[in-house]
Amino acid sequence: MSEINLPAAAEPVDSIGLKALGAAAAVGLLLAAPFLASEYWINAIIVPFLILSLAGLGLNLLTGYAGQLSLGAGAFMMVGAYATFSLQLRVPDLPLPLALVVAGLIAGAVGLAFGIPSTRIKGFYLIVSTLAAQFFFEWLFLKFPWFYNGNSSATIALSRGLSFFGLEANGPHGRYYLTLGIVALLTLLSLNLIRGQTGRNWMAIRDMDTAAAVIGVPVFRAKLQAFAVSSFILGIAGALWAFAYLGSASVQSFGLTRSYQILFIIIIGGLGTIRGAYLGAAFVSLLPLALDWLFQHLFSGHVDAGLLQNIQKAIFGILIIWFLIKEPEGLARLLGLRRAQGARRRLFPS
Amino acid sequence: MNTSAGPALEVRNVSLSFKGVKAISDLSFQVEHHEICALIGPNGAGKSSLLNILNGVYVPDSGEIVFEGEHFRRMQPLEAARRGIGRGFQNNALFSGMSVLDNVIAGLSRHSRVTLVEEAFRLPRALGQERAFRQRAHDVLQLFDLEKHAETIVGTLPYGVQKKVEIARAIVAKPRLLLLDEPLAGMNSAEKQEVAAVIARLNKELDLTIVLIEHDIGIVLKLAHHVVVLDYGRKLVDGPPETIRDNPDVIAAYLGSEHAEVAA
Ligand SMILES: Nc1ncnc2c1ncn2[C@@H]1O[C@H](COP(=O)(O)OP(=O)(O)OP(=O)(O)O)[C@@H](O)[C@H]1O
Ligand SMILES: [Mg+2]
Repeated sequence: MSEINLPAAAEPVDSIGLKALGAAAAVGLLLAAPFLASEYWINAIIVPFLILSLAGLGLNLLTGYAGQLSLGAGAFMMVGAYATFSLQLRVPDLPLPLALVVAGLIAGAVGLAFGIPSTRIKGFYLIVSTLAAQFFFEWLFLKFPWFYNGNSSATIALSRGLSFFGLEANGPHGRYYLTLGIVALLTLLSLNLIRGQTGRNWMAIRDMDTAAAVIGVPVFRAKLQAFAVSSFILGIAGALWAFAYLGSASVQSFGLTRSYQILFIIIIGGLGTIRGAYLGAAFVSLLPLALDWLFQHLFSGHVDAGLLQNIQKAIFGILIIWFLIKEPEGLARLLGLRRAQGARRRLFPS
Repeated sequence: MNTSAGPALEVRNVSLSFKGVKAISDLSFQVEHHEICALIGPNGAGKSSLLNILNGVYVPDSGEIVFEGEHFRRMQPLEAARRGIGRGFQNNALFSGMSVLDNVIAGLSRHSRVTLVEEAFRLPRALGQERAFRQRAHDVLQLFDLEKHAETIVGTLPYGVQKKVEIARAIVAKPRLLLLDEPLAGMNSAEKQEVAAVIARLNKELDLTIVLIEHDIGIVLKLAHHVVVLDYGRKLVDGPPETIRDNPDVIAAYLGSEHAEVAA
């Protein structure tokens, strides 16, 4: 990057050099990851981690940036997955990437519809509306066989597998690169939104919505935009979860537990930060492995799987409470990735 | 610009109550174009409530607002902003998690013309607008000597500095009527003089009509062209500053409230 002219008052050269080097190393590592990690790690850890990060990112735009609490993440993921399935089945000419975009748009429209009550109700009560989405879609996609093409197990899978403009993406490497590409692109677009007027409007509403309206922030429109964009991303994350990670999915893949999981990811990772979604997802993905490893070594293999699961839940519960009370900016703040500042995110604005 | 006919703002027989308790009773007054109108009165007189009616945050029980010749039984906050009514709040209502610069740019929201998609993909129009917004916000920050705080998260700054950001945010979108609720509260006297001077400049150089709530009578008498005194939601006196100082009703209202405060 030496040919770029440095502006007069920019950072010291070696700081920029270091940053560029770090970025290049990160990109190199991401691209080389499938060749460094075992197939198990790619399939069972890295791909789901990336997808959970994407889902966390989607929810964080709504909850962390725009301040609208939602327990409907699973529902919007579900809509994205079922829409992708339907499109691939019934509009076979539509290539998968476009189907994903259309599915995202459908999920976005659904999110927007369920976001309309947010213009009248706030905080805790908004949970009810988003929970309604959760239960409604669980019911809908089970009730009408059309949604799962009437197969006996009520599951959805892409009969033609994954492909990306002619490139087949069914192997672990293919699924990794497909997921990585989509996650990277959507992260970039989200960053652009956050840094622009859209993001400022969202944060203004989060911090002080009456004042936001008085100074001219279009509160109604910005809230609906937050629901739509968040659900668009969640919808695509849901499709990836179903077809790039699980292979075949059902309503249970996107139940209330999933909604909680995504919410926990952003609480742990950091509300209102982009990297928070990644940190939270990494934590959620790695904690079970770490516990497993720990117990294997402490008790040399004599661990009851059920006990392990319960311990995991207890740890999550304690951490959530701790993060909510002590550190609303989550790991992002704890790891010093965010400037230490006085402002705090609150899930339940007064 | 419909500056020719009629006053900039007219409050007509406005009444407001909270759960049966009267906050404003049958209040009427006018604000001429390009004047600084000071709204004074003891605590609880209904001053802030009146500004909230003008911004559409509160809905009056009766009466109407005439702003630049148009009649409103009630305002909507967004509508008020679109018509150019700017507002600085009494208890800072800044976006505490955002930087000073972002707070001020947020005040430009009503001028935003780019779509979500343009912003997501950083298309030329979005980049152009962002650049223009930043420039405009920096210009306003300069006016208040706030440049050095541009990137600071606003919630971490001292109260007096926050008050200045609040005014900067209110004027960045070039309002036609500026409502300021105790903009000098919590400042030391040097800061007060500085901000009072900026307010006077805004009024003179930008021909901005200003309604100002302020407790510091010295500053009010220096700054205002027109003073409206409220007490218990009623208009006590309405006239040029010279007539206010020695008015027995005004003295009684202020002394009365101070006695009450001491006794309480
Ligand atoms: N949202 C509200 N709910 C209930 N009562 C309110 C509300 N806002 C104001 N009031 C009441 O209305 C009356 C007028 O209040 P207001 O804040 O307008 O007074 P003020 O003149 O601005 O006083 P101060 O100088 O203390 O700011 C007070 O009795 C106050 O308690
Ligand atoms: Mg007040």
